[in-house]
Amino acid sequence: MNNMVEIRWHGRGGQGAKTAALLLADVAFQTGKYVQGFPEYGPERMGAPITAFNRISDNDIRVHSNIYEPDYVVVVDESLLDTVDVTAGLKKEGAIVINTDKDKEELLPKLNGYEGEVYVIDAREISVAALGKYFPNTPMLAAIVKVSGVMDRETFMSEMRGSYAHKFASKPEVIDGNMKALEMAFDKVR
Amino acid sequence: MAKRDRLSGNEAVAEALRQINPDVMPAFPITPSTEIPQYFSKFCANGQVDTEFIPVESEHSAMSAAIGAESAGARTVSATSSAGMAYMWEELYLASANRLPIALALVNRALSGPININCDHSDAMGARDAGWIQLFAETNQEAYDNMVQAYRIAEHKDVRLPIMICQDGFITSHAVQNITLMEDEEVRNFVGEYQPEQYLLNPNGTMAVGPYSVSNHYMEARRAQAEAMHNAKDVIKAVAEEFAAVTGRGVAWFEEYAMEDAELAIVLMGSAAGTAKDAVDNLRAAGKKVGLIKIRMFRPFPAEEIAEALKNVKAVALMDRTESFNDHNGPIGADVSTALFRAGKLCETINYVYGLGGRDVRVEDIEKVFADLEEAAANGTNDHYRYMGVRE
Repeated sequence: MNNMVEIRWHGRGGQGAKTAALLLADVAFQTGKYVQGFPEYGPERMGAPITAFNRISDNDIRVHSNIYEPDYVVVVDESLLDTVDVTAGLKKEGAIVINTDKDKEELLPKLNGYEGEVYVIDAREISVAALGKYFPNTPMLAAIVKVSGVMDRETFMSEMRGSYAHKFASKPEVIDGNMKALEMAFDKVR
Repeated sequence: MAKRDRLSGNEAVAEALRQINPDVMPAFPITPSTEIPQYFSKFCANGQVDTEFIPVESEHSAMSAAIGAESAGARTVSATSSAGMAYMWEELYLASANRLPIALALVNRALSGPININCDHSDAMGARDAGWIQLFAETNQEAYDNMVQAYRIAEHKDVRLPIMICQDGFITSHAVQNITLMEDEEVRNFVGEYQPEQYLLNPNGTMAVGPYSVSNHYMEARRAQAEAMHNAKDVIKAVAEEFAAVTGRGVAWFEEYAMEDAELAIVLMGSAAGTAKDAVDNLRAAGKKVGLIKIRMFRPFPAEEIAEALKNVKAVALMDRTESFNDHNGPIGADVSTALFRAGKLCETINYVYGLGGRDVRVEDIEKVFADLEEAAANGTNDHYRYMGVRE
């Protein structure tokens, strides 16, 4: 169990945090890992805070509870910092990745004294530049893969291209945009 | 050749059904089981199966249509959860009394109220006396494996009873996890063609289904049904053994985990068993003699065998993911306690209600249960009916 990586996603209904968690499970599976990807459902509605989870391990995963002491936290919507204790239980050896156009220093006061690494990324800017629309989950997925190091960049990009080719079989024109968003996010997370 | 994949529990059951290719599926959507007919209807539309999909207007109609189809001689399946199954209530009893081997994928969800979409076992427990075989799953893999075995059990000539393939709503139904799938041909060979002995569309053997039964006959019909449930036990074992020979997976009635020298044990079913196994491993590493029994077959109930498996324990926790509102115990509490008493085994038992409406079950919660058991084993207890993980 020591080699298990646990990730908690905080987003709002409709932003694709659940989809991103499932995609991460998908690509990690492709690299031979044992995986879990699952959402926690509250009242289902657009804009409500939602949580999703990933476990990635070299061994079979039996535990079915939510994640209370994650190695990493992804915040897909910056406004959640005001209402949700996103760093609750987050290991200080781990890290938090936040979607924002601000510098990390500006956000530190909202992180309840979290002592670990803080990363920021402007997923809106990347998504709009690469896709022409705001889908924050694609850049955030690449950001957490880079920060957590669960797989290397080349493997991740190649698995994602394969995954998109399957998912967007009927509209291949969106594959390049999504790949571009992933590449930009990998470069820009800081 | 087995195929490694990653699927949610709902995807896994839909995939098993694609491989089985049943004749008829009437279904009405309800969270969290909706995805099963949703995925399966796609297989129908794509021509991957030749199942007749009937989009009915309610669960009452879904089970009614299933009864009609199965009576006619068609292999039939439906899927539901919670209030959806409650709306099938009368039909559940008709399906079993008419000895119709329908399969129902039940994705366990709390039966209101307050209204809630998340997991507990109150829907299945409400139907525990309805004459259906009930198998429970810890994982997406077990939900898939149980679905593949369902018709071999239900359609067996000594059984001919409907079967519920249960899995925990959201916890396994919506969680993507690793799974090993069988080849299509392997599943088809394992399940085989449905060859009912008697059916309505047989021109050479006219019959009536569901006529009135006077008191002079009714009790014998019920006794015959009880006999079928008795027979199901051995059939479930034989099918599980055959399945294990093909796949290397599975248990028949219940799984014993670290039970050989266990002094404290926990009995439960569903996804919480996986979490509890981690708790058992942690406590074993700390030198505690703890073990776990995970029930797969809840109806019929393997009473004597569970009592035998518990014969050396000093205290046991009986875990119910439902509240029976009898101020006394839950279904697993009642069944296991009776089994222990009849076997002449008197140890400390604590019956816990847990996980209602999706209340999360943590490794720490189960470790606390074992701590309670240790205390009860040492000093006895008068507190035999408790709640786990509730705010008082």
